Amino acid sequence: MGVKLLLEKAHVEGIRSYEVYRREGGYRSVEKALKTMSTDAIVEEVKKSGLRGRGGAGFPAGMKWSFIAKPEGVPRHLVCNADESEPGTFKDRYLMENIPHLLIEGLIVSSYALGSHDTYIYIRGEYAWIVDILENAIGEAKANGWLGKNILGTGFDCEIHVQRGAGAYICGEETALIESLEGKRGNPRLKPPFPAIKGLWERPTVVNNVETLASVVPIINLGGEEYAKIGVGRSTGTKLISACGNINKPGVYEIDMTISVEEFIYSDEYCGGIANGKRLKACIPGGSSVPILPANLLLKTAKGETRYMNYESLSDGGFATGSMLGSGGFIVLDEDQCVVKNTYTLARFYRHESCGQCSPCREGTGWMEKLLLRLENGQGKISDIDLLWDIQSKIEGNTICPLGDAAAWPVAAAIRHFRDEFEWHVTHAEEAQKRNFGLAHYADARQLVSA
Amino acid sequence: MAEGTPLFKVTIDNITIEVPAGTTILNAARQIGGEVTPPAMCYYSKLQGSGGKCRTCLVEVSKGSEKDPRPMPKLVASCRTTVMDGMEVKNITSPKVIDARAGIVEFLLLNHPLDCPICDQAGECHLQDLSYEHGKEGTRYEFQKRTFHKVDLGDKIQLHMTRCILCYRCVFVANQLTDNREHGILDRGDHSQIATFIQKNLHSDFIGNVIDVCPVGALTDKTFRFKNRVWFTKPVDAHRDCPTCSGQVQLWMRGDEVFRVTARKDQWGEVKDTTDGKPGWICNTCRFDKKHINDWVIEGPSKINRHSVIAQGHYEGLKKPDETMPKVMHGRNPKLLMDIHNVSEVNKTDIELSLIDGPATSKTFNHSEKNNA
Repeated sequence: MGVKLLLEKAHVEGIRSYEVYRREGGYRSVEKALKTMSTDAIVEEVKKSGLRGRGGAGFPAGMKWSFIAKPEGVPRHLVCNADESEPGTFKDRYLMENIPHLLIEGLIVSSYALGSHDTYIYIRGEYAWIVDILENAIGEAKANGWLGKNILGTGFDCEIHVQRGAGAYICGEETALIESLEGKRGNPRLKPPFPAIKGLWERPTVVNNVETLASVVPIINLGGEEYAKIGVGRSTGTKLISACGNINKPGVYEIDMTISVEEFIYSDEYCGGIANGKRLKACIPGGSSVPILPANLLLKTAKGETRYMNYESLSDGGFATGSMLGSGGFIVLDEDQCVVKNTYTLARFYRHESCGQCSPCREGTGWMEKLLLRLENGQGKISDIDLLWDIQSKIEGNTICPLGDAAAWPVAAAIRHFRDEFEWHVTHAEEAQKRNFGLAHYADARQLVSA
Repeated sequence: MAEGTPLFKVTIDNITIEVPAGTTILNAARQIGGEVTPPAMCYYSKLQGSGGKCRTCLVEVSKGSEKDPRPMPKLVASCRTTVMDGMEVKNITSPKVIDARAGIVEFLLLNHPLDCPICDQAGECHLQDLSYEHGKEGTRYEFQKRTFHKVDLGDKIQLHMTRCILCYRCVFVANQLTDNREHGILDRGDHSQIATFIQKNLHSDFIGNVIDVCPVGALTDKTFRFKNRVWFTKPVDAHRDCPTCSGQVQLWMRGDEVFRVTARKDQWGEVKDTTDGKPGWICNTCRFDKKHINDWVIEGPSKINRHSVIAQGHYEGLKKPDETMPKVMHGRNPKLLMDIHNVSEVNKTDIELSLIDGPATSKTFNHSEKNNA
């Protein structure tokens, strides 16, 4: 049984209410932080913890906090990114739904550390009912003196506002989120300037994921060094993984990043194996935008080492043979799933969610979708596969925001690892309409290439 | 630029130039000029906040600055990246850039109808120039193109959304030149469009400038539509005493007939500053209503870039090629190139070629030289 820091109390009866949360030891970190720690000490503590952003990019949170500009007389803002829209990722929803006070607590401490008197939770529009849960929690916190003016008599004022988005994936990108929060069209901004210098209303802003901010609570309670002892290497602390797809027990699991991918999929404590006794074919380990991996590369790295559920191990081998932990949306595909169809579905998603601001992403995503649909329907040509590869390479890295990359990577990885399945869709077009390619050789042990 | 702004040295394609801090790579390259300048479809120096969207101006920064010489990991949009001291930029010397740019051109043309033969913008279209200079022939796109209906934005401007490349320039014009922006971007992704919400007319006195900033034929002047091809008309600088704007315009004439009135453009296709240094936006009255030659004081023919199709038949500003012949001939300027042979040692006019066996070679001449001697 791994360590649990975030979801430890998530299933206590009535934990959503302030009384139960407080009884279970809630808001201790606020007391500790506001009364005994300086703002710099909190940032230092978060730095020491090695906490990495849980939204997908994995950028060290303490580092991000230390970048925030502190010009005289200009307010600063903390924005909580709850616009969780990555297909396959639903960990923030679980956290906010079950234990909303944990997020509020983390927000208060973080706001104090960053000097934000007006903190925003930008939540995706589809999470309509969670807005009520959060606002209820904020109201309770305020009624008990954890929010508002002069919190705990320390002279620190803080308000938390919940703002609903309108359900656009792109608004999960931090600058698009800021634009949307300002009431404009959610187009990502060009960087630099980064939000830490000019963010919300041209003021220094930090945008963090829900899970990142919630993780501040155990960091303050345990101390940064203690927190850093959990996990391995630069993957410290615990991570929420939202597992879905063809597994026996889909759901949100908190792991301490020391377990292997194999254990995560097959152990009864976590996913409980592949559903209906089928075999594992492929997996997208970190939300739809990270590269898909075939079974043989998922469980073992190209060097033949066991792959673990952490930032370093999952990205071992780079994009050639590795993937990313991303936001923790763990999507499992069994032997009956078609990678071409899966890639098409993702491409359709990205085409639909592209903001249309910069040309490679606007035009390229649509083109990829059309080509993939043609391949999936058995009307494709062999040259389409190379064309897809070329399109994705022209999108990747040439766009304003990472959505272009996010659209390009799944296509690139699918072609890189499953090229024969794509080719089969062309050479056996009729058969491909009736049955799937199946497991083929994707779970076979790989020939080790000595360095 | 304020006094005391430090000068930064920046090297673009091995050409070094000093520019004030805060200048963008694109503007530094424009100071150098020529092929070094990256193309720009969405950036417009007169419009604040424009740029960064079309990605045609991507360049490679191979050295960040003197202090931090690390190269930038990705290609950057030169129109929005400011120079650092000692920065080294590769534009046409970087195969990565050339490749990426060809890709961007292909993306831009993907849903573009390529209806240049019936498009009023043809001849002065930036997308035409761009695809000619940086694109590849042929397309690999085999699907139906995205189309829209034509929309009238008032009685003077027509929107041809199908041609639009979503540079956002017209949105910036409405934001920065008019009191009330009435159009914007609707929807997202490849189905996003310039539109009013819903089906409104554009009212502002200066809204006609959206036609001038549009790099393609998406926004066209209804008073000029299908009247003439731009290369048949002659651009003439003219002015009038206008109560709303500077009144400094360019007339597009054929004979004595004024077909079209636009703002004056500089070499980057942007609106030129007026003589007193303000951006030369013109008002709707000048643009749409003053179509008689008596309304205007003619200054003279406009200077048009020799490479532009509009320059056909115009000799103003024509740069004559250097006279190389006198240079290589030590001052002699032969009337006919055949003249050269007069000074050649090989050619002896006294030899009757008809008397020689077979074709004449230099040997024949050398022999005869000896014989003669």
